[in-house]
Amino acid sequence: MERTEDLIELCLLIGKIMQQNGAETYRVEDTMTRIAQSFGRDEAQSYVTPTGIVFTISPGAPAKLVRVSARETNLEKVNLANNVSRNITSGDMSTHVAYKELRKIETSPTDYSMRMQIIAATLASGFFSLMFQGSWYDFLPACIAGGLGFIALINFIRLFEIKFVAEFIASLLIGFTAFSLFSLGIGKEVDKVVVGSIMPLVPGLLITNAVRDLMAGHLISGLAKGAEAFLTAFAIGAGIAVMFALF
Amino acid sequence: MLIEYAVASFFASAAFGMIYQAPRNTIINCGLVGMIGWVIYISLVWEEVDSVPATLIASFVIAMVSQMLARIYKTPMIIFSVPGIIPLVPGSLAYDAMRNFVQNDYSVAISIAAKAFMISGAIAFGLVFSEVLNQIIKKMRKTKAQLR
Repeated sequence: MERTEDLIELCLLIGKIMQQNGAETYRVEDTMTRIAQSFGRDEAQSYVTPTGIVFTISPGAPAKLVRVSARETNLEKVNLANNVSRNITSGDMSTHVAYKELRKIETSPTDYSMRMQIIAATLASGFFSLMFQGSWYDFLPACIAGGLGFIALINFIRLFEIKFVAEFIASLLIGFTAFSLFSLGIGKEVDKVVVGSIMPLVPGLLITNAVRDLMAGHLISGLAKGAEAFLTAFAIGAGIAVMFALF
Repeated sequence: MLIEYAVASFFASAAFGMIYQAPRNTIINCGLVGMIGWVIYISLVWEEVDSVPATLIASFVIAMVSQMLARIYKTPMIIFSVPGIIPLVPGSLAYDAMRNFVQNDYSVAISIAAKAFMISGAIAFGLVFSEVLNQIIKKMRKTKAQLR
C-alpha cells in the first residue's frame, strides 16, 4: 500500500508541471484524479486554475495547495509528464520512482538551445510576413526585426519580474528595427514586416486556450488566461504604437 | 501561389514547434499540421468564403489531424494542435486594430478588433467541435462493444 502523503505529493507535482508548461486545464484535473483513482482513491478532487492548484485525496482529508507563479509553453515537459502518468495508471511505475522522474522533468533544461530557439523565431518571423501576403523583399527585414525582438524578450524576462514590461520593450525594439530598415529602403511594406516579426510574441496559445476553457466550463481559468492574453497583446500593441507615433 | 504559402506555413509552424519546445521527433508533423490548416484556410478565402467560417473549418481539420497524430505517437493532442493553430491566430488583425486605435480611427479599429475576436472564437469552436465529435465516436464504439 502506498503512503497517502506520497500520493498527494505526486499528484500535486504532476499537476504543477503540466499547468506550468501549458497543458489544458481539463487535462491537468483529469490526470490528477486519474492517478489517485488508480490507487483506489475514487473520491479525490482537484481544482486547477492558472495560478494555483488545490487537491484533496478524500472527503475529510485536508486539502493541499500548490502555487503556480510562472507559466510558459514547453510541450516536451507536458509530454513527459503525460508519459509518467500513463505509466503510473497502468501500474508500470511506483509512486517513488515516478516522483523522482517528475523532479527530474521539472528541473531539466530545455531541449532546444537558446541559439536554436532564436533561429526558429527569426525564420518564423520571415515566413509569417510571407504568409500575410508580404513579398520576398519583406522576408529579410522581418527576420532581423523578429530575431532581435525575440532575443530582447528572453533576456528582459530574466531581468524583470514583470513579463509585460519585457514584452513592451521587445515590441518597441521590433518597431524601431522595422521602421529604421524601412527608411533605409529595406523592405517593401512596413506593415507586413511588423506583423511577421511580432508573431513570436503574440499570445496565440493563450487566446485559444482561454476561449476553449470558457466553453468547457472552466470559467475562472478562461477569464484568467484571457486577462493574461489581453495584457500581452496590449503590451505589444503599445510598443508598436509608440514607434508609430515617432516615425 | 498555393505552393509558396504551403512552404511558408510549413516552416513557420515547425519553427513555432521549436519555440514551444515540442519533442524533436514531432517537429515535422507540427509543420505538416500547420501547413494543412493554412492551405485549407487560404484556398477557402480565395473561393470568397468569409474568413470566420474558413477559420472554423481549418481549425476543425487541424484538431482532427492532431488527434489522429496524438493517437499514433501516444502524446497529448496539444503538441500538434498548438503549433498548427498558430498561423490562423489573428495576429495581423490585432495589429491592424491597434494601429487604427493609435491613429484615432476608432470606428475602423473597433470593427477590425471585433473581427479578430470572432476569428479567435472560431478557432476555439473548431477545436471544441472536433473534441465533441471524437467523444461521440468513442461512446458509439463503446456501446457497440457492449451490445456484442
